[in-house]
Amino acid sequence: MGAASRGLVSRYTQISNINIVFASLVALSACVLPSILSDYWIFQCTMVMVYSIALLGLNLLTGYNGQISLGHGAFYAIGAYATAILAERMGVPYVVAIIFSAGICLVVGYLFGLPALRLEGLYLALATFALALAVPQLLRYKGIEDWTGGSGGLLVTKPAPPTWVNLDSDRWLYFVTLGFLIIAFLAVRNLLIGPMGRAIVAIRDNPLAAEALGVDAARTKSVTFGISACLAGLAGSLGALAVQYVAPDTFSLSLSLTFLIGIVVGGLASISGAIFGAIFVEFLPDIADQLSKSASAAIYGAVLIAIAYSMPTGVAGALAGLRRWRRK
Amino acid sequence: MAPLLEVKGLRARYGITQVLHGMDFSVEEGSVTTILGANGAGKTTTLRAICGLVKTAGSMRFGTTDIQGRQTEDVVRLGIAHVPDGRGTLTRLTVEENLRVGAYTRKDKVAVREDLARIYEFFPRLKERIRQQAGTLSGGEQQMLAVSRALMLRPRLLLLDEPSFGLAPMVVQDLFRIFRQINEESQVSILLVEQNAALALKFAKFAYLVETGRIVLAGPSDVVAADPSVRKVYLGY
Amino acid sequence: MEFLIQQILAGLAAGGIYASLGLALVMIYRATHLINFAQGEMATFSTYIALKLIRAGLPYWAAFVVTVIVSFALGVTIERVIVRPVERAPHLTVVIVLVGIMIVFNSMSGWLFGTTLEMFPSPFASSALLENRLISPHAAGSIIVVFAVLGVVHAFFRYTPIGLAMRAAAQNETSSRLAGIRVGWMLALGWGLAAAIGSVAGMMVAPTVYLDPNMMAGILLYAFAGALLGGIESPMGAVLGGFIVGVAENLIGTYVIGPELKLSAALILIIGILIVRPAGLFGVTYAVKV
Repeated sequence: MGAASRGLVSRYTQISNINIVFASLVALSACVLPSILSDYWIFQCTMVMVYSIALLGLNLLTGYNGQISLGHGAFYAIGAYATAILAERMGVPYVVAIIFSAGICLVVGYLFGLPALRLEGLYLALATFALALAVPQLLRYKGIEDWTGGSGGLLVTKPAPPTWVNLDSDRWLYFVTLGFLIIAFLAVRNLLIGPMGRAIVAIRDNPLAAEALGVDAARTKSVTFGISACLAGLAGSLGALAVQYVAPDTFSLSLSLTFLIGIVVGGLASISGAIFGAIFVEFLPDIADQLSKSASAAIYGAVLIAIAYSMPTGVAGALAGLRRWRRK
Repeated sequence: MAPLLEVKGLRARYGITQVLHGMDFSVEEGSVTTILGANGAGKTTTLRAICGLVKTAGSMRFGTTDIQGRQTEDVVRLGIAHVPDGRGTLTRLTVEENLRVGAYTRKDKVAVREDLARIYEFFPRLKERIRQQAGTLSGGEQQMLAVSRALMLRPRLLLLDEPSFGLAPMVVQDLFRIFRQINEESQVSILLVEQNAALALKFAKFAYLVETGRIVLAGPSDVVAADPSVRKVYLGY
Repeated sequence: MEFLIQQILAGLAAGGIYASLGLALVMIYRATHLINFAQGEMATFSTYIALKLIRAGLPYWAAFVVTVIVSFALGVTIERVIVRPVERAPHLTVVIVLVGIMIVFNSMSGWLFGTTLEMFPSPFASSALLENRLISPHAAGSIIVVFAVLGVVHAFFRYTPIGLAMRAAAQNETSSRLAGIRVGWMLALGWGLAAAIGSVAGMMVAPTVYLDPNMMAGILLYAFAGALLGGIESPMGAVLGGFIVGVAENLIGTYVIGPELKLSAALILIIGILIVRPAGLFGVTYAVKV
């Protein structure tokens, strides 16, 4: 290895070290929080983590792979309903239900990705838009009402913590979600560092060149779609347990749009961005509500447009830019 | 008499790439002037610069108006018509619609109708295809259409970008005969950019030679044609 | 047999709405290569404006005309102020901005007019002229209005200089600028026209589905399906596609699956078209040089 590449490698590990330290600090503080926060805030933080997982999935697809999806709320819904049905109607233990639901979404996402991968840009956005509208209607369908509870939806019981743990169910779920979040983050990070990750980004940046270099674009795109759907489904499962309720109306088009907004604000092609985006998505509507009861969504939309103009790389990108500026 | 078009120190760039590095040239009223040069020398960019299609610096005066930095739509309204390389045919419109687009800025409807009639006289092939989709015309016909569209503007200055490109010699002859006619009958000044140097030097009164964004030779066409380096590189003898 | 004809006619009435919205979508797509996801919400907002005017005492058709004009102005303004700066940005940025516009309009409808379902009047409901056995007076009137609008738009593009200039600007920006056409304003005009057409669609559909801020999402999807079916580059195709989707949706909803899975059917249709024949029935496939 020449001197130049040695320098590159050491710089990479340097950055890696900082990230690991930072991430560990964040994880540690996350573990401490439940003892100092009230029940309300525990719930909010759990939802932030749930959304982070979903945004991680969408960011993988859209930020890193360049495929626009306006329909990830649908996968979130599928995961939520699958867990609800498995846990409530079929008595499956909740961890199994969660994993199974994520698996279902992986398959469904991959299958949707297969034909959809032929579509580019706005056309793909259109197809996923259709998905986002169709799934809630499907969930209302009277034919499967026995399983899905129709328009009324299903109640979900929050899992009880195991007897050897001295926590209430809210805090237990918080840690379960945190565990899945950490696993998801590590998995995605490893995926992106490896050869698959390079293929994913290559397809976004220059699909023709990628193909010429031997990347199987079709397979890569479908697999990416599947993985991102899997993460959204995982988030949906955990979300269902946190909210304790699933109903078609809660998984409308606006959920998919919310996810898209989340990754844009948080930062495209950024893993930490998922958390910033989740915080924005969970708390801004409430803040906007306090500013103006009725025009809250308008404020939300206006903020969105403003961010698209001024911070195209989202909060994570802005912070990275700040770090670079300070280093100079 | 002051030249119709006077350009001094013209610089132009595409993004960060500087293509023209300070060109000085002018076009006398009523004359035919040509800009010669090899591929990539900057000839097409020069014409585009006059029309405001690229970012420019320097001074450009047309008639009594300063046109540097102005929007294309405004420059065109002053009486400069550009026939771009590639013809710029509006392929999904009919032949007649293409011509009407050319006359978009004109308010004198009667004169527009007269001009249309004259164009059809000049180019009977176009008249035969009035309602045909412009994209289905042959190369030569599209070139005639492009020139006609420019003429519908009733320009004072006609910018021609490689009109002979890809056309059969017979068609080129016809085309240039018509250019000559337009120049003499309607007093339309012509600035011609051509790779076919022999043709251009025969047709034009005044010539400029461009190499990598700079004018390296200027003069009456016969003088330029007699220049030994020009003869060797561009005329082949 | 009579029942079948009734269903077909009802389908045509719905199809007219999809055709109008589809035309609006195609107009914007041809000019800017953008799919305006906010078209439906803008139409809903316009319909609310109409309702406000009617409630304020304006006679129906006066409110109709004012709404169309206001919607036109709104469309022009949005293009100039919000869309223009990002027209050439990467797709994702554009989608974000359009989604933002969609959200703002949706919430403004709720904010200014409330979220309860509203009854929107039909000018045809009591018309003796339109009474018949096969189709409701409103549906008949709605078909007539839609055809009138489509006819006016067609004539505008075919026979007026500005219409010609807009078509040119959509096809070839450079050539149009060289002819002195102010391309930027042509695009704004396109958005204005699209918004105006959308407002007509909204006012025609509101009496049948009740007016609420989320009225248009499903309808927009059908309009998309119709536009894709006909070819998103072809106005004629979009219109035809809209009518086909309207009739098919009605027939399939009545005879095959229930009305509850229609959106899923639309989804499958859209994906199917995009895979099998992305250019649609009347579109042209372009080869892109690599």
